[in-house]
Amino acid sequence: MTRQSAARKPETTEAVIRLSDVNKWYGEFQALKDINLTIKRGERVVVCGPSGSGKSTMIRCINRLEEHQRGTIVVDGIELTDNLKNIEAIRSEVGMVFQSFNLFPHLRVIDNLTLAPMWVRKMPKKEAETLAMEYLERVRIPEQAYKFPGQLSGGQQQRVAIARALCMQPKIMLFDEPTSALDPEMIKEVLDVMIELAESGMTMIVVTHEMGFAKTVADTMVFMDAGEIVEVAPPSIFFEAPKSDRTKLFLSQILTH
Amino acid sequence: MTEIIAPTGDTAALAPVRKAARESEPPPTEKIGALRWLRRNLFNSPLNSALTIVAFVLVAYWGVSFVEWGILDAVWYTTDHNVCRQAAGACWAVIAEKHRPMLFGVYPYDEHWRLIVALVVYLATVTLTLTPYCWKRSILIPLWIAALAVMGTMLWGGVFGLTYVDSGQWGGLPLTMVLFTGTVVVGFPISILLALGRRSRLPAVKAISVTLIESMRGVPLITILFFAVNVFPLFLPEGMEIDKMLRVVVGMAIFFACYQAEVIRGGLQAIPRGQYEAAEALGLGYWRMTYKIVLPQALRICLPGIVNHIIAALKNTSFVLIIGLFDILTATTAVMQDPLWRRFFVEAYLFVAAVYFIFCFALSKYSQQVERWLNEGRRF
Amino acid sequence: MQPERRTYAFAVTECMAALEASRKSDTSILNSLAFRGVVYQVLLASGVILLGWYLYHNAHLNLERQGIATGFDFIGERAGFSIGESLIPFDSAQSYGRALLVGILNTLYVAAFGVVLATILGVTMGIARVSSNWLISKLASGYVEACRNVPVVLHVIFWASVIRALPPPREALNPFDGVFITNRGVIYPLPVENAIYPWMGLALLVGIAGAVLFARWAGRRRELTGRNVSTFWPGLGIILGLPLLVWLAGGAPLEWSVPALRGFNFQGGTSLTPEFVGLLVGITVYTGAFIAEIVRAGIQSVPHGQVEAARAVGLRPGLVMRLVILPQALRVIVPPTTSQYLSLTKNSSLGVLIGYPDLVNVGNTTLNQTGQALEAISIMMAVYLMISLSISIFMNFYNRLVAIRER
Repeated sequence: MTRQSAARKPETTEAVIRLSDVNKWYGEFQALKDINLTIKRGERVVVCGPSGSGKSTMIRCINRLEEHQRGTIVVDGIELTDNLKNIEAIRSEVGMVFQSFNLFPHLRVIDNLTLAPMWVRKMPKKEAETLAMEYLERVRIPEQAYKFPGQLSGGQQQRVAIARALCMQPKIMLFDEPTSALDPEMIKEVLDVMIELAESGMTMIVVTHEMGFAKTVADTMVFMDAGEIVEVAPPSIFFEAPKSDRTKLFLSQILTH
Repeated sequence: MTEIIAPTGDTAALAPVRKAARESEPPPTEKIGALRWLRRNLFNSPLNSALTIVAFVLVAYWGVSFVEWGILDAVWYTTDHNVCRQAAGACWAVIAEKHRPMLFGVYPYDEHWRLIVALVVYLATVTLTLTPYCWKRSILIPLWIAALAVMGTMLWGGVFGLTYVDSGQWGGLPLTMVLFTGTVVVGFPISILLALGRRSRLPAVKAISVTLIESMRGVPLITILFFAVNVFPLFLPEGMEIDKMLRVVVGMAIFFACYQAEVIRGGLQAIPRGQYEAAEALGLGYWRMTYKIVLPQALRICLPGIVNHIIAALKNTSFVLIIGLFDILTATTAVMQDPLWRRFFVEAYLFVAAVYFIFCFALSKYSQQVERWLNEGRRF
Repeated sequence: MQPERRTYAFAVTECMAALEASRKSDTSILNSLAFRGVVYQVLLASGVILLGWYLYHNAHLNLERQGIATGFDFIGERAGFSIGESLIPFDSAQSYGRALLVGILNTLYVAAFGVVLATILGVTMGIARVSSNWLISKLASGYVEACRNVPVVLHVIFWASVIRALPPPREALNPFDGVFITNRGVIYPLPVENAIYPWMGLALLVGIAGAVLFARWAGRRRELTGRNVSTFWPGLGIILGLPLLVWLAGGAPLEWSVPALRGFNFQGGTSLTPEFVGLLVGITVYTGAFIAEIVRAGIQSVPHGQVEAARAVGLRPGLVMRLVILPQALRVIVPPTTSQYLSLTKNSSLGVLIGYPDLVNVGNTTLNQTGQALEAISIMMAVYLMISLSISIFMNFYNRLVAIRER
């Protein structure tokens, strides 16, 4: 972060995620090119862009599911390096929701939710279960607690996955295309839960193609293309008066469909 | 508010917009460095570092001893076993000395060239058979008829001025190949019938298939070979005799078929119900539907599994040692009874192991390749 | 053959239906699928029965002509041969039935050792193959490829020959104090029998039960308070400590029967015969390679997303393995591993090649002495079938227990 930009932002706001000049390669292919992004506490960021533009890679770098090769990522004051302790500390502060849910099929819904609180937070089982039920109620499926993931619909599974991440009481939530694997009628139930979460003041980074959702909740839109951030703007400007031609092209394609 | 921080020197620093796509840079070179590779792959945790060191010491120790024994101190060629006795290393000369009886058994010595011709024809035919380009009836059927004719002529003789050699005298690698090919060729159609039978809706057909499959899979191959050799002749009417080798091949083929049937059944189960329905809707009868629609798909799906059992069939030919057919392993074991050379059995068995390894390893690599083709969606 | 066939034909298009109908306008019973099915089955069943009767008839005539006795009366007769090693007392005056029992026990004995050792070897090598350590994973895959591409018969013959080529007792290899490896087998010391040893065995069992209870208590405590109690060292302490206490209480008897060379052979201690060791090493090394492959495939069958999700909630690598990967991998690993156990048991019949008196070996001797091939081979097959059957029943039970529920 340069002095210049620090001066332009209010001193009171706290940067909770800061990516500076982040680069990543898969073999010879450069997936991320000099990514610079700062996210404040409580900010809701929606990341969009064509497929293969590096959106998922970027947010997966934030909790070190992918390793970046150059630049720095600082999450909640901790820099991401090889240090295992740091990685664990960050992961327990950052919740993640995947496109393909990734619920643990051998565990019941409730056990999916209590696993991390019990083994990472060392929470007693009773307490963890109370917490889990609380979040299951927030995602509106407490009645499914004692079923196995395979017995639920896609939308229900994704809501369980959100609840599972919330059970760790994270400061930041990452969503990697959470509705892309869902049937249209289930997308709404998941988005409703996410909107509620946004209203509660959670810091969120959402990779999605759901532009309606973006207009409703986003504080900031980030548009990525070919591994770089092309445009960053509040939704009002982003959708009405995008500056870059690439953004315009993308929006015209995605909004006419 | 979030913003792009422009790299220093960028004049457009205040406008958080990039006009044109940036060129890709090459990855940082440190990633390729040898030291980094070592740290990542061998020393990425204390436990791994310890394991690496222990394994390295063992590998170095065994590797050096093996090189000393197998190469540096080895006797590569001599006809005098005493030279080997005095050497500290391996006696590869035993192979030079004994390879004829090991590879060709008791087949008449002067006719060994015929076996070599047969083996070359055989290997070429198998190689062609495994090439997807040749998977057409118009190629495979003439190819195999020609190959079998040549191999039969070479092995039996009795025509074109070749001396006749009884199948009782066949031995070594050619016998292994005959047993293997016989097992697969006879067993494969049976395995398809059994797999279909096990999925049949007719209770009697299903019951017979299940009983045969499960009982064969429940007993050792040895007992089936004993049965073929000792018991089966009792079931034939008086005066009728069936060649021992044929009995053994049929026994091994049925054993092979029962395992293969289970693999094929897996393939049949993997075919979507819609395929059957579509075929039925077109009015195809059971056999035509099976032959034209179901089997071609099912066999493709389980091709890797099929190859695995074919490899097992090749290794299983060595069980004939127990009933005294002279395949390559029996021949080697017999040769190693020679008191002058018997102490060098390790070298001889390593040689036989290498022969089996080459064929089995090649087949399993081939099966992996086929799997890759299938995953890529390549059609045959 | 398929009752719904016509339903679909009519359902798809009217055109097809019309076509089908015109072809099937002849509604005689001969075209009824159900009727055809019955005919096929009757034909097949009568064919099988006729063939069976024909074979039985031939066998009956042949046996009569050759003057071979039939039936299982020989089981009660005097065997007249001795058996090299046996878990129960046996001498040549005892019956064939007893001899076969000795064979069955020997088969189960070597198979039990083989299953345990092959599991240890296979699991180690399978985990090594997926290790992030390049050297370790390459070594493991070298072992797997080298061993599973060579026939088990060759493995057994090779190891039996190696043991036969070991030095005689006078020049025995002596890797540890008191342990001798010779061409007569492996000889190792054994404590001299003492009244305290059965009690130590009991203490060991109690210790194991205690460790299990302790682990349960620790689990419950963790659930209640969230605090983790390490169970490995205390558990090990209980398992080993109790027998040790009993041993001390019994006056700490320290008398060992140590093997010593007397003349041409060893006295004292106890030994594993060369046949047993050769067979055991052969089938273990071979089966271990297959189990390693199954374990590798099982671990790799767990989707990568599972690992990512587990890491994303902050679980450490060890816990990811224990709580997420292993429970899912085991479901994939256990069924094929069981069939490897079965095939190991069946391969132990290779004992007949190298003189280990397993069921097939004893059965083969019986066959040669009595000439009753049919009966002898039936007994062998029946015993193996029974072993296979009981293991499959257990497996079906297990699979139902652990199946992941969907829908």
